[in-house]
Amino acid sequence: MSIRTALRATSALVLCAIATTASAQDTTITIATVNNGDMIRMQGYTDTFTAQTGINVEWVTLEENVLRQRVTTDITTNGGQFDIMTIGMYETPIWGANGWLVPLNDLSAEYDVDDILPAMRNGLSHDGTLYAAPFYGESSMVMYRTDLMEAAGLEMPTAPTWQFIREAAAAMDDPADDINGICLRGKAGWGEGGAFITVTGNSFGARWFDEEWNAQFDQPEWAEAVNFYVNLMNDYGPQGYATNGFNENLSLFQQGKCGMWIDATVAASFVTNADSTVAEHVGFALAPNAEGVEKRANWLWAWALAIPAGTQQEGAAKQFIEWATSKDYIELVAANEGWANVPPGARTSLYETPEYQAVPFAQMTLDSINAADPNNPTVDPVPYVGIQFVAIPEFAGMATEVSQEFSAAYAGQQTVEEALAKAQAIATETMEAAGYR
Amino acid sequence: MARAVTSRRKLINTTAAWAVGLLIFFPILWTILTSFKTEAQAIAAPPLFLNFDWTLENYGVVMERSNYARFLWNSILIAGGSTILGLLVAVPAAWSMAFVPSRRTKDILLWMLSTKMLPAVGVLYPIYLLFIQLGLLDSRAGLIIVMMLINLPIIVWMLYTYFREIPVDILEAARMDGASLKSEILYVLTPMAIPGIASTMLLNFILAWNEAFWTLNLTSVNAAPLTAFIASYSSPEGLFFAKLSAASTMAIAPILILGWFSQKQLVRGLTFGAVK
Repeated sequence: MSIRTALRATSALVLCAIATTASAQDTTITIATVNNGDMIRMQGYTDTFTAQTGINVEWVTLEENVLRQRVTTDITTNGGQFDIMTIGMYETPIWGANGWLVPLNDLSAEYDVDDILPAMRNGLSHDGTLYAAPFYGESSMVMYRTDLMEAAGLEMPTAPTWQFIREAAAAMDDPADDINGICLRGKAGWGEGGAFITVTGNSFGARWFDEEWNAQFDQPEWAEAVNFYVNLMNDYGPQGYATNGFNENLSLFQQGKCGMWIDATVAASFVTNADSTVAEHVGFALAPNAEGVEKRANWLWAWALAIPAGTQQEGAAKQFIEWATSKDYIELVAANEGWANVPPGARTSLYETPEYQAVPFAQMTLDSINAADPNNPTVDPVPYVGIQFVAIPEFAGMATEVSQEFSAAYAGQQTVEEALAKAQAIATETMEAAGYR
Repeated sequence: MARAVTSRRKLINTTAAWAVGLLIFFPILWTILTSFKTEAQAIAAPPLFLNFDWTLENYGVVMERSNYARFLWNSILIAGGSTILGLLVAVPAAWSMAFVPSRRTKDILLWMLSTKMLPAVGVLYPIYLLFIQLGLLDSRAGLIIVMMLINLPIIVWMLYTYFREIPVDILEAARMDGASLKSEILYVLTPMAIPGIASTMLLNFILAWNEAFWTLNLTSVNAAPLTAFIASYSSPEGLFFAKLSAASTMAIAPILILGWFSQKQLVRGLTFGAVK
């Protein structure tokens, strides 16, 4: 290729790049979101919104961790790439407090903001101001095989204890038939195994920090919780559970290889749909607690839609949020795809709908959400908000490191005591460096 | 006897090479196979190798959900544009370093390479802010420049290695015949270095095609290439492995085909100067 040809080719490519970028459009909003069933379904109904409002919608779908990094970069630099961001309960109060989000305090009367479940509304607010509207919400609960329980001669209580869960796991565990008594998350990551061991800790009375922000991993409650988890999983869990997250356990449960699975309530629709080989034999119960401990191992989470401050399309973005998180949207999905497929956990009215009450996991999902209290996540008082997380900016990095230490202990690379000592050091160092102490 | 030993060694070497080749290729093969399974078959245990009901459903879903052509076009523009732009900068740079070296040439080469040692995330914020100021966020032109700069050290290094293999006497002869600097580079050096330039071009194109950090962080809608297309099918909460595999197969297919047809040039380029 001659230099002249190369120059021509480059000029053509750059001109082409610029020309195709500059296409005139009407009002268009760009939404950054995660890839999950409910969000993908919502993208499918975008044409309905555009037909109603004339507003075009562009979607940027990313993997959860990539999305977090991407939207964090954009919002902290005022990049203005997105008009709506899908964020969770962890980011919302922090970003709201920093003034990075547009307050949603002027939503229309028809929207009926009071219909949003109180737990969700509180979790997505800062100082009483709502900063994100929940698209769907979830807690966690026990999903179990009714046929295996029956064969074992056991009956799952509505509110089981960890001791009963262990007993049931022992009864259902059948290595010869490739059935594990129980499947739980062990994968490193603050939103994966980190979330699970945190709520397990809560249900044993453990906490991340005391009221003075002193790390608490050296307390007996943590040792009891983590040792219980490790012994339970070593005895009745699947091989390699230290690397299992939501998807791996879902896969095992759907194939009939788990007697029980304690995880997100949103999984209920997956284990009872056509892809599941055990769909007819799934029961639900509240997440367990240790005997004598009032708090249960259930979390609270919502994927919510928020508007970054500085967007040029605030009005259009609010219109979209009102549409996507409205009662009408739920009815639209129900009419086309059935009540079992509507986004759960966001609105009170959904759980008052007779058709939805007939969905087998509906009531247990609501009970689990209602049982979660982000302001009082564990037995003793704490200086933070959040159940499976601590709503401070430093948490994501710190909890990822801590969960890596726990996963190493699950994999047998170190003892539980060593992992707890390292967790204590990580948490203490982080708090000191960040000036909490 | 010697012939028998040679044949046996050849057989062992061939078998070992095939085994290593298959081992390296296996993840790609598995991705391609998974793309033809249902979601349930994709997670079946024990895994299904060839004995499943082949389906094109995932490709249909992916094509329906995503604007594949737009992602593909962006990948071609970004990888192609950055490669050509990179060569335009790197050929003169490598020429001067190879044929008119100074006392600091080696230091400059090492310094250029040192920019590859910095974790990309370390300069994410400065570059992001720069892109906001220049209005280059989510633009193909911005991505072309960034991709060019990222791969420039590798291009310069590769071209420098090729140019060093060309006898300087030939260039001197051209000069004695009255060739100007431009003519020397265009009509003497470039034709002799074409295999090297071609393999550098190919390698740079592949690197730019596969780059996933900057393309994910600096784009949203208009300039998003195939790396963003794949990322949109990854999900920590929900089993979409078959669809993710279909998206991955569609993203790597063009570059796989290009690599297949240009493997001779690639191998030649990558091993050039390795044995003297």
